[in-house]
Amino acid sequence: MVLKAFFPTCCVSVDSGLLVGRWVPEHSSAVVLAVLHFPFIPIQVKQLLAQVRQASQVGVAVLGTWCHCRQEPEESLGRFLEGLGAVFPHEPWLQLCRERGGTFWSCEVTHRQAPAAPSAPGEDQVMLIFYDQRQVLLSQLHPPTVLPDRQAGATPASTGGLAVVFDTVARSEVLFRSDRFDEGPVRLSHWQSEGVEASILVELARRASGPVCLLLASLLSLVSAIGACRVFRLWPLSFLGSKLSTCEQLRHRLEHLTLIFSTRKAENSAQLMRKANTVASVLLDVALGLTLLSWLHGRSRIGHLADALVPVADHVAEELQHLLQWLMGAPAGLKMNRALDQVLGRFFLYHIHLWISYIHLMSPFVEHILWHVGLSACLGLTVALSLLSDIIALLTFHIYCFYVYGARLYCLKIHGLSSLWRLFRGKKWNVLRQRVDSCSYDLDQLFIGTLLFTILLFLLPTTALYYLVFTLLRLLVVAVQGLIHLLVDLINSLPLYSLGLRLCRPYRLAAGVKFRVLQHEAGRPLRLLMQINPLPYSRVMHTYRLPSCGCHPKDSWGALCRKLFFGELIYPWRQRGDKQD
Amino acid sequence: MEDERSFSDICGGRLALQRRYYSPSCREFCLSCPRLSLRSLTAVTCTVWLAAYGLFTLCENSMILSAAIFITLLGLLGYLHFVKIDQETLLIIDSLGIQMTSSYASGKESTTFIEMGKVKDIVINEAIYMKVIYYLCILLKDPVEPHRISQVVPVFQRCVTQARGAWKFWKLHQVGQARGPKFLYVEALQVPDLS
Repeated sequence: MVLKAFFPTCCVSVDSGLLVGRWVPEHSSAVVLAVLHFPFIPIQVKQLLAQVRQASQVGVAVLGTWCHCRQEPEESLGRFLEGLGAVFPHEPWLQLCRERGGTFWSCEVTHRQAPAAPSAPGEDQVMLIFYDQRQVLLSQLHPPTVLPDRQAGATPASTGGLAVVFDTVARSEVLFRSDRFDEGPVRLSHWQSEGVEASILVELARRASGPVCLLLASLLSLVSAIGACRVFRLWPLSFLGSKLSTCEQLRHRLEHLTLIFSTRKAENSAQLMRKANTVASVLLDVALGLTLLSWLHGRSRIGHLADALVPVADHVAEELQHLLQWLMGAPAGLKMNRALDQVLGRFFLYHIHLWISYIHLMSPFVEHILWHVGLSACLGLTVALSLLSDIIALLTFHIYCFYVYGARLYCLKIHGLSSLWRLFRGKKWNVLRQRVDSCSYDLDQLFIGTLLFTILLFLLPTTALYYLVFTLLRLLVVAVQGLIHLLVDLINSLPLYSLGLRLCRPYRLAAGVKFRVLQHEAGRPLRLLMQINPLPYSRVMHTYRLPSCGCHPKDSWGALCRKLFFGELIYPWRQRGDKQD
Repeated sequence: MEDERSFSDICGGRLALQRRYYSPSCREFCLSCPRLSLRSLTAVTCTVWLAAYGLFTLCENSMILSAAIFITLLGLLGYLHFVKIDQETLLIIDSLGIQMTSSYASGKESTTFIEMGKVKDIVINEAIYMKVIYYLCILLKDPVEPHRISQVVPVFQRCVTQARGAWKFWKLHQVGQARGPKFLYVEALQVPDLS
């Protein structure tokens, strides 16, 4: 196998020294982490390396020598460099050399134990791969390869060679802690050698976050304890709590806040990203909510809304009344059964009349209610939208009632018709065997059965028309509510931090690597530049989506159509954990 | 060392293959697709604008014309950025892996790198599309079970060549040291048309 030497781009123009890094024998690759400059004392170097090995569990060792000089290395320097191979025994021993100001490198590999390769050309022995140390250190490969063996140097051969390189660099942070300005016994060159990177704001935030998190976590646990007390388990409140989407959304947000302010540190990077995404989502929500609040409370828009609300409700009721009058006449030229028509029409008209009376009763309080509801927007835009969805559900409650009446009547009719149709043909539904069996009926049973069948059949168009009209209205309301819920879901589950990271620091989320062949001269080793291939946006969304409330349509289109045909009640946007009606 | 040949693809457009030999352990194959023809671009633009003008004479709303211009511009940009491939490159590095790059007409490049440890084999597949076409694909190993094949990745996905006339015979060559794990790459030989 060709020997691959991974060399950091930050060390390309440093002075001569020793190469410090890790040798991976399974992939025949040498990962160079830093360059140790002359002068040094070998004992101290060995001590430092032993310390680093223990602290980071990475098998760092001296891999070879690096020579960056004005012209070709002199005889004495060459022998001195070879002599170092005896002081730091490593198999194989690398010797990289570069002319100052030149572009081409030369590499030599010496194997002490194995016999010299028979007539292997020098250019094909080593391949130089340059990598940006800072980017490789900070990036994270997707899918994350789990390296089970964390002992020094032991890696299963089945993991890819590149995952090993990333892992080695990421775990060797201990080595990068000393920089050029330190007064240590050894002088190392790596990406932090110009001075360790840190930010004072990040450090201050880190110090302050401990007590702040503790305080907020205790407050949140108090709030959830209040929420879980016995009063809310009693019947009216628990029923309301399960039906209103606002309560669901508030519970969801409380969960998020508990996650953010929990005092446990995130164990791996996935949990850290999840926390960061949750923080970004909550901040966006609150920011949008405050914008909405300032818009609503400015220029007395609440007053305008409240003034417009009661006339709108009146208008809707009037339209419904017109619709019912139309149904009671000859709708679309169809001839209806007059008696049933009148009964159903009057029944629904009375409902609308009751509803309008209640709305008028409530009209003096509407403005105050709206003002307080508007205040809830400071908890977040999602809470305001959920409240809007609930208000729509309450205001269209009469449509929901009409739908239920129409659906139940129609369902009853369909079941009666199907059972009597079986009787008409002389068959019966066998409950025990769950199939249709033939049955011999008495004459009077047949007579009454056929009579009832005829009555139900001729009354079917009337009921079906009412059912159709009210189902369409109900579906319209459900569609509007569904759109609002989709928007709430989007805000809840959008991983903003990950998307921002992908936009501004694409090397942090890596789907893989890409190579570029650098200028090549015959007789010299091949030089490649390894760059990070960032994750595409679709995969970022897919990997880092936050879990949402779970309001997706439960039924497929086919099941929905079947339910509509048979008159079963439909609740397309059921929340998770709701019991069936 | 560079080498260039020209072939034709399954739709009749011209393809150019460039081969670069960097070192015994590294080779690159670059396939350039036919360019966007001015004729088809003019035809599409004229159709869209004539349809918009027809609608304008019906509705007397000048927004339709502006909308048609926007649609044409956005459509062209989208086509150049997401659909039209300029050239596809295959870079093979011994004992490291295979890299496939597609560069689009707008300059965007999308790269996939497959590590050598994941490659199980390279095969030539036959497909029937109006006629029989041959295409090269890479078989990937399943990480859980090494004997199973988890994925088939076709090489040069967008520029597929036709069998007749140009590629009649694929010859398997060897790259890298004779004693190490072998990697085979495929070279097309020009065999004279015997029919």
